[in-house]
Amino acid sequence: MPPATDLGWWGVVIAVLGGAARVSTPYLFVSLGETLTEKSGRVNLGLEGTLVMGAMSAYAVAYLSGSPWLGVLVAGAAGAAFGLLHGGVSTLPRVNDIAVGIALFLLGTGLAFYLGKPFIEPVAPRLPHVALGAWSASPQIRAALEVNALFVVGAVLAPLLLWGLGHTRWGLVVRTAGDNADAAKALGYSVGAVRTLSTMAGGFLAGVGGSFLSLYYPGTWNEGLSSGQGLMAIALVIFARWNPIHCFWVSLLFGGATALGPALQSVGIASNYYLYGAAPYVLTLILLIASSSPRHALAGAPSELTISK
Amino acid sequence: MTEAPPAVEVLGMTKRFGDLLALDGVSLALAPGSFHAVLGENGAGKSTLVKCIMGYHRPDAGRVLVGGREWAIGNPRQAHRLGFGMVYQHFTLVPSMTVAENLVLGAEDLPAVIRWDEERAKIDAFQRRMPFAIDPARPVATLAAGEKQKLEILKQLFLGRRILILDEPTSVLTPDEADQILKAMRELTEEHRLTVVLITHKFREALGFAREVTVLRAGRRVGGGLVKDLTRDDLARMMIGSASIPDPAARQATASRAIGLEVESLNVLNDKGTVAVRDASLRVHAGEIVGVAGVSGNGQRELVEVLARQREPASGAIRVGGAVYARTRAEMRRHRVFVLTDEPLRNACVRTMSVAENLAFRNFDDRRNTIGGWLVSRRALRAQARALIERYRIRTPGPQARLETLSGGNVQRTVLARELSEDVAVLIAQNPCAGLDFAATAEIRARIMGARNAGAAVLLISEDLDELLELADRIVVMFEGRLVHETSRETADAHTIGHYMASQP
Repeated sequence: MPPATDLGWWGVVIAVLGGAARVSTPYLFVSLGETLTEKSGRVNLGLEGTLVMGAMSAYAVAYLSGSPWLGVLVAGAAGAAFGLLHGGVSTLPRVNDIAVGIALFLLGTGLAFYLGKPFIEPVAPRLPHVALGAWSASPQIRAALEVNALFVVGAVLAPLLLWGLGHTRWGLVVRTAGDNADAAKALGYSVGAVRTLSTMAGGFLAGVGGSFLSLYYPGTWNEGLSSGQGLMAIALVIFARWNPIHCFWVSLLFGGATALGPALQSVGIASNYYLYGAAPYVLTLILLIASSSPRHALAGAPSELTISK
Repeated sequence: MTEAPPAVEVLGMTKRFGDLLALDGVSLALAPGSFHAVLGENGAGKSTLVKCIMGYHRPDAGRVLVGGREWAIGNPRQAHRLGFGMVYQHFTLVPSMTVAENLVLGAEDLPAVIRWDEERAKIDAFQRRMPFAIDPARPVATLAAGEKQKLEILKQLFLGRRILILDEPTSVLTPDEADQILKAMRELTEEHRLTVVLITHKFREALGFAREVTVLRAGRRVGGGLVKDLTRDDLARMMIGSASIPDPAARQATASRAIGLEVESLNVLNDKGTVAVRDASLRVHAGEIVGVAGVSGNGQRELVEVLARQREPASGAIRVGGAVYARTRAEMRRHRVFVLTDEPLRNACVRTMSVAENLAFRNFDDRRNTIGGWLVSRRALRAQARALIERYRIRTPGPQARLETLSGGNVQRTVLARELSEDVAVLIAQNPCAGLDFAATAEIRARIMGARNAGAAVLLISEDLDELLELADRIVVMFEGRLVHETSRETADAHTIGHYMASQP
């Protein structure tokens, strides 16, 4: 079956690249947030719930206020509130952060579905985009290279986070809490407070990532919006070895995998659409198996994490 | 670093934990530039004393005077501001960070954004005035134990602390590294740049480096004074009190030369996937104790874990009594192989199970302990426990008490009773006396010697060189996973072994 467009198979490549930039944004924000949280020594599995909650609240606020950016901000605030809940509860003695994360995952999605019911029908204003493809006459290239403003923010945030972890007092304190809690205590820092604040900051980013889903791509609010992207982003952090720059590239890879199905469909290959749709999940599995080992712990893992102990 | 440390006085420090009087009216005077050793056994109250001074514990009574003025020290940060710094037994460095990052981390006035060029200049200038220096760009994870301990001390000095409390700082060092560090500390005190409090249980360190000593026993000050007026015997008498110490175990001649345990070309990876044990080969004959010396972290843990089947070897062979030994439960039983692991409460016991259950791990499924071969008889286990508790003098409320309610020495006795009560052909023991008092140590060493005299092949892995020199018939030295040196009991020399432990033959 020949491709039905004038760009031929290149259309698929361009669509995947453009799709990668578009679809990767939630992965990027969630993984950067989770990297920060895990650097402090906690795992927040609840970010899937935070993502959905962010998507719902952003959509609702953007619809009611007319400002998509206010929606983004409220989504971040909702995420930070979930982070505060996770961090605060996990700081209590004998509370496991993994279990709290799962509880908040369920609470976040459930709450978002409940509160979001009235917003499934209305149409909210969307976030603006940057037209990187304006030079081209081809409408396909132009469409593929419409890059969302949030993606640009995320791309700037990744190196900024890496710099901050190495060059600021807060960065050093967060890494100390994540790598040697006793050392942080000996320095007079409250490990619980450092981790709670890191979890809040991570939740803020995940909430912002959620706003992208409802305000840009796909750009509506419904209950199947995230389909596990928040969970995959957490797995992605492991593969990125807790490095924000790696998070950026791995997010693009995941975004590309997610964009594969629609890209093939655009050139007329629709037969196995749902099979290609499973690509990011298969990729998650493959990457996790490839980066795991029964013999030794992961290099680069913060040593205070419950999963690396 | 020109400012001299202030004078410190600690008066009548008292601390209670529940019913236990951990510290009972202990006083301490530290003139500027003094080097004061606090000597005592485990549980004598040394750590409690310094934790009260540092603000980790709130004392029930007692005062701290710094520069002639009384201060209430409610938390470590206040202690730091007064100039107190503490170097712990375990490292408080962040392994994934560089030396420079670890140095600046503790600064009170660390700016929100760190100018690394300025900080590096400061560190370089500081290190030039110090007796030892470490490359600031190296990640801490790549430092050897001695370098880490030096960095801990450098960190305190870099942060401007003038009264340094060293809590058993040499427990992970070779004798040479320990001497070098303590000598440098002594020099700094002689120049009046520093006051040092050295917490230790080693006579050698107190007598060799400190100028004054305070001896604690059961929370009380039982003696002390200027080191030059005291002998080792004086200190030992103060530390132990009236408790009688069993005589060292008698070594009997054993005839058999049969090989009990044999390890051939063994390679083992650690948790990070790097080689921890490299091409190790050794033989332990029946009726012989082979000691493995070495600083902690040179592959001893991985070696023992492989022998105890807690870890799989990468390659190599293990034989017991000449036959290949795959370490299954059936083989352990058939070959009568027993293990005393490091940190028994973590590695060899279930803390929430009863003493009787823990004592039965080796034989609860034996015919004599079961009904009809499959139903475990609680009565048989209790009877066995009562006999062992009596024979090994385990202090416990009863066989049904949970193991975690026992003291460290009694947990160790419980494991010993389980591993040594039956006929032993091969015994693997790692740091069997770590953290125990004199009486318990002597008793456990006597039991190990007893097993050897009865014909067991004993592999004794220990970080305590004195223990090896007392017990072993042969000593091998382990360094970075290799067995680098071997010596017989007759030719063994602590100094030479110490050099091999640091691999500077």
